[in-house]
Amino acid sequence: MLAWTIYISFIGVLVLMLLPREAARAARIIALLTAIAGCVVAFVGAAQLPNPGEVATIIKVPWIPAIGASFYLAADGISLVLVVLTGLAAIAGILFSWNIEKRTKEFFAFYLALIGGVYGVFLSFDVLLLFVFYELTIIPKYFLIARWGSTRKEYGAMKLALFSFVGSHLVLIGLIAAWVVARAQTGHASLDLMELSKVSFPLGFQHWVFPLIFIGFAILAGMWPFHTWAPTGHVAAPTAGSMLLAGVVMKLGAYGCLRVAMVLFPDGVRMWQHEIATLAVIGIVYGAGVALVQRDFKFVIGYSSVSHMGFVLLGLATLNTIGLSGAVLQMFSHGIIAGLLFAVVGRMVYDRTHTRDFNDLQTMQLGKVLPFAGVTFVLAGVASMGLPGFSGFVAELQVLWGAWTVFPRMTILAGVGIVVGVAYTLRAMQKAFYSDTVVPEQSGHDHPLEPISTPERIGAAMLIAASLIIGLFPGLLLNWIQPCLNSPLFERLLKGGSL
Amino acid sequence: MNLPWLTILTLVPLFGGITVAGLGAEQRRLARGLTLAFSLVGLTGALCLWKHFNAASGDLQFVERHDWVPSLGIQYFLGVDGLGLLMVMLTAIVVPLSILASWRIDDRAHIYNALVLWLQAGLFGTFTALNFFHWFLFWELVLIPAFFLIKLWGGPKRGPAATQFFIYTMVGSVTLLLSFLAIRLATGSFDFIQLADMAKRGEITARLGDAIGWKSHIGLLVFFGAFLGFAVKVPVVPFHTWLPGAYTEAPSPVTMLLTGVMSKMGVYGFLRVLLPIFPEQIRLVLTPLMWLAVLTIVLSACAAFAQRDLKRILAYSSINHLGYCLLALFAVTGAAVGVNQPELQKAAALNGVLLQMFNHGLTASALFLFVWLIEKRSGGLRGLEEFGGLRKVVPVFTGLMGIALFSSLGLPGLNGFVGEFLIFKGVFPLAPWAAALSTLGLLVTAIFLLTLIQRVFCGPLNPRWLQMPDLTLGERVLVGVPIALMFVLGIWPQFVLGMVDSTVVKMVQQFNF
Repeated sequence: MLAWTIYISFIGVLVLMLLPREAARAARIIALLTAIAGCVVAFVGAAQLPNPGEVATIIKVPWIPAIGASFYLAADGISLVLVVLTGLAAIAGILFSWNIEKRTKEFFAFYLALIGGVYGVFLSFDVLLLFVFYELTIIPKYFLIARWGSTRKEYGAMKLALFSFVGSHLVLIGLIAAWVVARAQTGHASLDLMELSKVSFPLGFQHWVFPLIFIGFAILAGMWPFHTWAPTGHVAAPTAGSMLLAGVVMKLGAYGCLRVAMVLFPDGVRMWQHEIATLAVIGIVYGAGVALVQRDFKFVIGYSSVSHMGFVLLGLATLNTIGLSGAVLQMFSHGIIAGLLFAVVGRMVYDRTHTRDFNDLQTMQLGKVLPFAGVTFVLAGVASMGLPGFSGFVAELQVLWGAWTVFPRMTILAGVGIVVGVAYTLRAMQKAFYSDTVVPEQSGHDHPLEPISTPERIGAAMLIAASLIIGLFPGLLLNWIQPCLNSPLFERLLKGGSL
Repeated sequence: MNLPWLTILTLVPLFGGITVAGLGAEQRRLARGLTLAFSLVGLTGALCLWKHFNAASGDLQFVERHDWVPSLGIQYFLGVDGLGLLMVMLTAIVVPLSILASWRIDDRAHIYNALVLWLQAGLFGTFTALNFFHWFLFWELVLIPAFFLIKLWGGPKRGPAATQFFIYTMVGSVTLLLSFLAIRLATGSFDFIQLADMAKRGEITARLGDAIGWKSHIGLLVFFGAFLGFAVKVPVVPFHTWLPGAYTEAPSPVTMLLTGVMSKMGVYGFLRVLLPIFPEQIRLVLTPLMWLAVLTIVLSACAAFAQRDLKRILAYSSINHLGYCLLALFAVTGAAVGVNQPELQKAAALNGVLLQMFNHGLTASALFLFVWLIEKRSGGLRGLEEFGGLRKVVPVFTGLMGIALFSSLGLPGLNGFVGEFLIFKGVFPLAPWAAALSTLGLLVTAIFLLTLIQRVFCGPLNPRWLQMPDLTLGERVLVGVPIALMFVLGIWPQFVLGMVDSTVVKMVQQFNF
């Protein structure tokens, strides 16, 4: 069932390609229906899964028997969380790009291709297949930014693509090495994640190959100091593009770190645990600090993503159940909240005012002109600060809780990051929406801003509701995540991390 | 009778706020009327709780306990003892007064009123929740409406004031959160009551050391984290610098809520969380803490004396009054070596603290209400030097505000006296030096409050105010409520003491292990 999320998305791409060029309205509707269908399939598939703690095989057919590759799709609770996130983010992204008039059908075709690839990564249990889907997402995101983006879009797109390729090559080298060693040990070739996870790689080998694969994936997760693609890419991308980049593409990286690097090389993680935590915390504090001094509204959100993804990496580095479950929940939460923040900045504000400079926004009294945008940003900002009641709180709570035993000093530093996070969110809220700067009389009134449209309202309401529901009833997702972490797949990783 | 009363009490203003926010900007009257109705429902609810509350027992009552997130050990756990009930009552009384005071705020009235109702929901939640997660949710929920009430409806410097208020409080919240995560990790519990029991057996410090390391330092570190969270909220000098700005820039009806109820959240936190859970750590650093309390009392009184703005004077005076609560709280935690009947002294001091919390809430919000009425008449002016001789033109106003000022000063017969008297009666034998130094605060308070009366109401009449209208009938009724309560509680403090005495006796046992 769940595999249909991938198929539906690619069918959507095909249908869009067959449309005539000028059928913009049809393209939007088809894209929306495809995304909704994908999301529904994700939910139904999730409901049908018997036990989220076990890896449920969806399909497994040989693909390249010579190297042991197979078309192997499966899901466990962690994949489910991310698949559901992708479904929600996909719908929201389309709602927030309803106003795209330039080559609409191509835009949505690339968009759905990206979504299909993302679903593919989250459901692949064959490392080669996972890698293929992972590479597949690079192309649509390059074109989405380079063609429909703004502010230095070629530069942003190229930087993102190059960083992604470098990352995936590191991953590829690591995976080939792992395949070779595993074949030497077990005597037969396999790229099956479940089989590879049972191989005991020699410690010396893990010591160098783990960081290779981990960094390869972590580049896309925005790990400091490899994060520099993220702010420029997010800023250059069109609204839906940044929503997906921050919402799901960064999660691909974090997911890869957990699913491939950490599961295959549990001893490797243990050797590098403290270094990862250090980089994660630097990312948290640095991202927040840089967000605090930006003049461009979108850069604030871009750097805030780096900071929030630091919590995911910190959670991963804890190597205990609480920390890891916090990391997965933070992936979900950040996907929802960052998507919403980018929607406010890109669609609600920038598309109307054509500026993201705080000095200009300050004079516009947007809080009064666009009250809906103001309230949405306040709610998203409050959620992003990690205030209780929203999903971010439960996620960061678990990450910090898990981190206390392992790295108490780092935990306290991460607390500093949260405070700076509050500061930059308030600053952005103040400058963009509730500034007290006196308005020069003549400006602004000639062209009244277009009011917030219905698709935008629906999209915003959907994302806020998702964050609130998970914030108040985190059990909904924790019931998927935690059994999974207690399953045999994670046994070696969490061994000794008693929590 | 098995309805979840406390949940209903919290949900009424929450949904009330949503309803009011959904009204159009044009339906001001409806928004105000509905808000008042919801807050009066809250008041009725609180009175019903009081009626059914068994004051003879110091135990938790109206308890509701359900699993919420079992895998994280989070429970939905509500209940009140005398302390909780007292705070719920105070909230229920002050909020309608503030809503009536803000009746003429026309700018986005529906949002304003919705925020006030949400604030009330947060306060009710904070004073009834007993599981850290659940409690923290409400603790932070209070912050958002307060921030926006200052930010959007405040005076000229509202932007920086609101931001400063928010950031200060959030720093405290983050350290509090980190501390509680460490405690959860070490003890496996988020439950305030369970944690207090563990602390009584002296287990928490040892477990923290086992779980995290750093020997005994971790206990102190975790204590300071939690301390900061509450100290900012009360506030304790030197963490008070956000307060004068926030209180002054907030519209006065909001300041009524800030000083009347929100400042009590901090003291409540000390009583409910800090003292029961960290008795060992408090004893370790008792002397510096006592000094902080003394400094809070004396410095804030002196600072109030130096102010020239009525709201700033009252803001500093608010810090001063809560300083007495802190003094008593720290004094009762001490070992009380060589004190005659320490339990009695401690009980007196704690009774004094609870009375003082309630009284200060009442008096301080009444005083800000009077300042609001002056502001409305003077077009926003509230400098000490702007007025003079007002008693000749507005005699009723002068008389009533005089009563409130004397209540704040601690005149016997009015409510302020009883609390401070009990605090000093208890603290003198427990910590004579600190009590002696703190009397300086009483003295300076008398000086600056009398100066205020003299400058504003006596002396030659400033001719600008010849036409100042006296209180209208509605305003007289409005201020009449707190003034009447001041007399009632001053003469018959048993109203409050009866409610809290058993709780206090139980607390004294808790602190006397």
